[in-house]
Amino acid sequence: MLGRVHSTESFGSADGPGVRFVVFLQGCDMRCRYCHNADTWDRDGGQLLSATQILDRAERYRSYWGPEGGITVSGGEALLQAGFVAELFEEAHRRGIGTCLDTSLQPFTRDEPFFPTFRRLIKSCDLVLADIKHIDPERHRWLTGHGNENILDGLRFLAEVGEPVWIRQVLVPGVTDDDAQLQATREFVDNLPNVERVEVLPYHTLGKFKWDGLGIPYPLEGVEPPSQESIEHARRILCKGE
Amino acid sequence: MHMREEWDGFAAGHWTDDVNVRDFVQRNYTPYDGDESFLEGPTKATDTLWGKVQELQAQERANGGVLDCETEVVSGLTSYGPGYIDPELKDLEKVVGLQTDKPLKRAFMPYGGIKMAEQAAESYGYKINPKYHKIFNEYHKTHNQAVFDAYTPEMRAARHSHVITGLPDTYGRGRIVGDYRRVALYGIDFLIAKKQEDLLNCGDGTMTDDVIRLREEIAEQIRALKGMKEMAAAYGYDISQPARDAHEAVQWLYFGYLAAIKTQNGAAMSVGRISTFLDIYLQRDLASGKITETEAQELIDHLVLKFRMVKFARIPSYNELFSGDPVWATLEVAGMGQDGRSMVTKNDFRFLHTLENMGPAPEPNLTVLYSKRLPEAFRRYAAKISIDTSSIQYENDDVMRPVWGDDYSICCCVSATETGKEMQFFGARANLAKCLNYAINGGKDAKFNDKQGNHMQVGPELAPITSEYLDYDEVMHKFDLMMDWLAGLYVNILDLIQYMHDKYYYEAAEMALIDTNVRRTFATGIAGFSHVVDSLSAIKYARVKTVRDESGIVVDYKVEGDFPRYGNDDDRADDIAVWLLKTFMTKIRKHHTYRNSEPTTSILTITSNVVYGKATGALPDGRPAYTPFSPGANPSYGAEKNGLLASLNSVAKLPYEYALDGISNTQTINPGALGNDEGQRIGNLVHVLDGYFSEGAHHLNVNVFGVDKLKDAMEHPEKPEYANFTIRVSGYAVKFIDLTREQQLDVIARTCHDRM
Repeated sequence: MLGRVHSTESFGSADGPGVRFVVFLQGCDMRCRYCHNADTWDRDGGQLLSATQILDRAERYRSYWGPEGGITVSGGEALLQAGFVAELFEEAHRRGIGTCLDTSLQPFTRDEPFFPTFRRLIKSCDLVLADIKHIDPERHRWLTGHGNENILDGLRFLAEVGEPVWIRQVLVPGVTDDDAQLQATREFVDNLPNVERVEVLPYHTLGKFKWDGLGIPYPLEGVEPPSQESIEHARRILCKGE
Repeated sequence: MHMREEWDGFAAGHWTDDVNVRDFVQRNYTPYDGDESFLEGPTKATDTLWGKVQELQAQERANGGVLDCETEVVSGLTSYGPGYIDPELKDLEKVVGLQTDKPLKRAFMPYGGIKMAEQAAESYGYKINPKYHKIFNEYHKTHNQAVFDAYTPEMRAARHSHVITGLPDTYGRGRIVGDYRRVALYGIDFLIAKKQEDLLNCGDGTMTDDVIRLREEIAEQIRALKGMKEMAAAYGYDISQPARDAHEAVQWLYFGYLAAIKTQNGAAMSVGRISTFLDIYLQRDLASGKITETEAQELIDHLVLKFRMVKFARIPSYNELFSGDPVWATLEVAGMGQDGRSMVTKNDFRFLHTLENMGPAPEPNLTVLYSKRLPEAFRRYAAKISIDTSSIQYENDDVMRPVWGDDYSICCCVSATETGKEMQFFGARANLAKCLNYAINGGKDAKFNDKQGNHMQVGPELAPITSEYLDYDEVMHKFDLMMDWLAGLYVNILDLIQYMHDKYYYEAAEMALIDTNVRRTFATGIAGFSHVVDSLSAIKYARVKTVRDESGIVVDYKVEGDFPRYGNDDDRADDIAVWLLKTFMTKIRKHHTYRNSEPTTSILTITSNVVYGKATGALPDGRPAYTPFSPGANPSYGAEKNGLLASLNSVAKLPYEYALDGISNTQTINPGALGNDEGQRIGNLVHVLDGYFSEGAHHLNVNVFGVDKLKDAMEHPEKPEYANFTIRVSGYAVKFIDLTREQQLDVIARTCHDRM
């Protein structure tokens, strides 16, 4: 089986525990207004690679990983290629490599054929980094083009099976930084005993040039990265008890 | 020699009878695997003195880079009486001694070249007393003049065109590290007695060149040792006997170093591996209750303060080569012993802690001799200091120890030398990028013209390549021949320079603190490394079309198609890099080297990558004409497409055994790209260092900041937060605002590993 790979990064430092080799898979159906990897949307692009090819490349960096590092599969949306990710993670585990999935959970459903594949994937996944783009379904739809009902259900499922999860939220001024949103997110997380950590990722504009390159107007034009103060404030609400 | 009372409490060994500092260290040091919590902050005296020095540094900057310059007195061991940071504060100085009579005043050092000494003073607005012009032109020759007397026309041409460049023919060669610890451990009288013994036993009476020369050198060394005593006496200290306590040990050692920097203005004036040694004295005094930890830290702070104040008068062309006023007062911490014990002591923490107590600073050039086996608490502390100050560099103890033992020092930016046993003949760089163009153009230079206005014939007149598209095999054949020529000429130029330096500017004070039967290395270097690798890769994997001027000389290249670049962990390009290093080193080794020294090479350029690049035309890798090279062994600008670790892996493939003089790599990482919080950043940086050095790499400069900060510092150097903003460049640290604008732009253009 081959996966569509957008690119790889040898030094992932904030994509799970320790130093990690990050595989960015091609294709995403979400259209987040702040997306910093707009060049990964197209489902047909990328390079076709096998799990063996990817892991051989990743293992060149094994000496940098330390005890907690490994590989992280990100995107695009990695779960659009759930079968491939499952195969990749199984092979990684056979090689003694730690695995981490970075996902928005947007493709999640308890229906066939996705669900059994996902269950299989999770068995060889050590950690899920799950984005909550917005806790409110309508705001979520405005922000990403999709509702969040199945995403929140996905998180509940991960809690049911006891999969370790880190929740991440991108802090965008005027979009996700109001107290009501932050508190509602925290309340939701409070019901998920498997969540080990909540991370606040400050919005940045480093990916803007990619929109320009694709000839698509940047939807958050004029929005500045959040202030240090506002980041601290969000962390106080979202990461409480940590 | 019996155990002396000054050595009370030390374990005896070979070191008590012979000069053998390593033996003393190994028998007496106390490894420390705890964390930094024992460290103490600066004392009031430290704050006051450092405050004063910062005031002086601000005045120096306001004065255009120089605070004061000697015009009347030739620098020597005893040219001046005592000097203090501030005469009114002199009782606060735990470690005394200045190069001249005033702080930051630059000495007059004519022996390297009177012309340069005069030019240096003039460029700062000072005029050397004209009597010295007469003395050093009519009555006594200097190194620079001697070298130019002997140069051949071919050598002059190669120098003019910068195919061989940065040669120590206008400045002191430096890179000789006296074992300054000897002054503290033995006192001067014992060292004189040993050298007198050596003189008695030098030669069998048959006066061959080498015996005559060595006898004269030993006599010079003994004279220098006597001068050191006199120099120290001016400050009220008798250093004829061993140091009795930590305070004296620090002071005696510093006097040894002060002797070196009063008599030599070498490009690198390293301090050496003193940290573990001094810890033994501090530990003894701490254990007996003679001093407190606060006082121990104060001694180290004040010693480091002195290393921060070393200055030399330099000519403008030197400053272009080595930007930012560096002196490479390189000082090592950590490393592993041959017996498997870590050599990290509390003192290694104290030296790094000076960057917290007195803030970041480029000097001394603090170097961590790294091994994955160093205590974790120390590795984490070093990583923390890197993240906070960007002021330290790392070198792989695991690749150096097998070659140099466990008592080596770093004698320049990154080059190892066995302390007290070895000296080095430093010899700049061969510009292999220009050499590649010579191979294509039949030895003609694209930039420089001869008197008739034609392209200068610098290299041998080999048949040039005349095809429109470059053929890999043809280029490789011509390049091989041209490198043969360059390696031979280069070694011969250096032989000549080293001969004259020994004759006219011998480093008597430093050599007095090194064994008489010294081993010598002969350090060559490579510039333009990554560009040659990428150019050959382009010719091999893409199509490279030549662009010629009216005389038929190739002045530019057009690349059609993609090709692998060095810096992406892609063996297709990296294999070329390994080939290039091995080939050049093998060619260097063929030639006789002065005083039967051992030839080595390096891939490090300091900041001279800018100047060398400016003299070099376009290259087949797409680098435009007359733009900077990438520094050291770094991949070219914009070549790194697969992240930091891919880039590190490429550099790590270069075999250290072929570049024993060092392989320098400088990386800048945005704090956000290292982790989300301090704990994560420290942990990840430790992983990076562990991994890189496990791969067999030699050296890494770590900068942790974003490009925005650099840009702001360039536009607003007056902001107080930038006064001591220190960054690592190739092999040393520098205050960013002291770089020329050209150098600043170059640093900004380099790859900053960021997070997308």
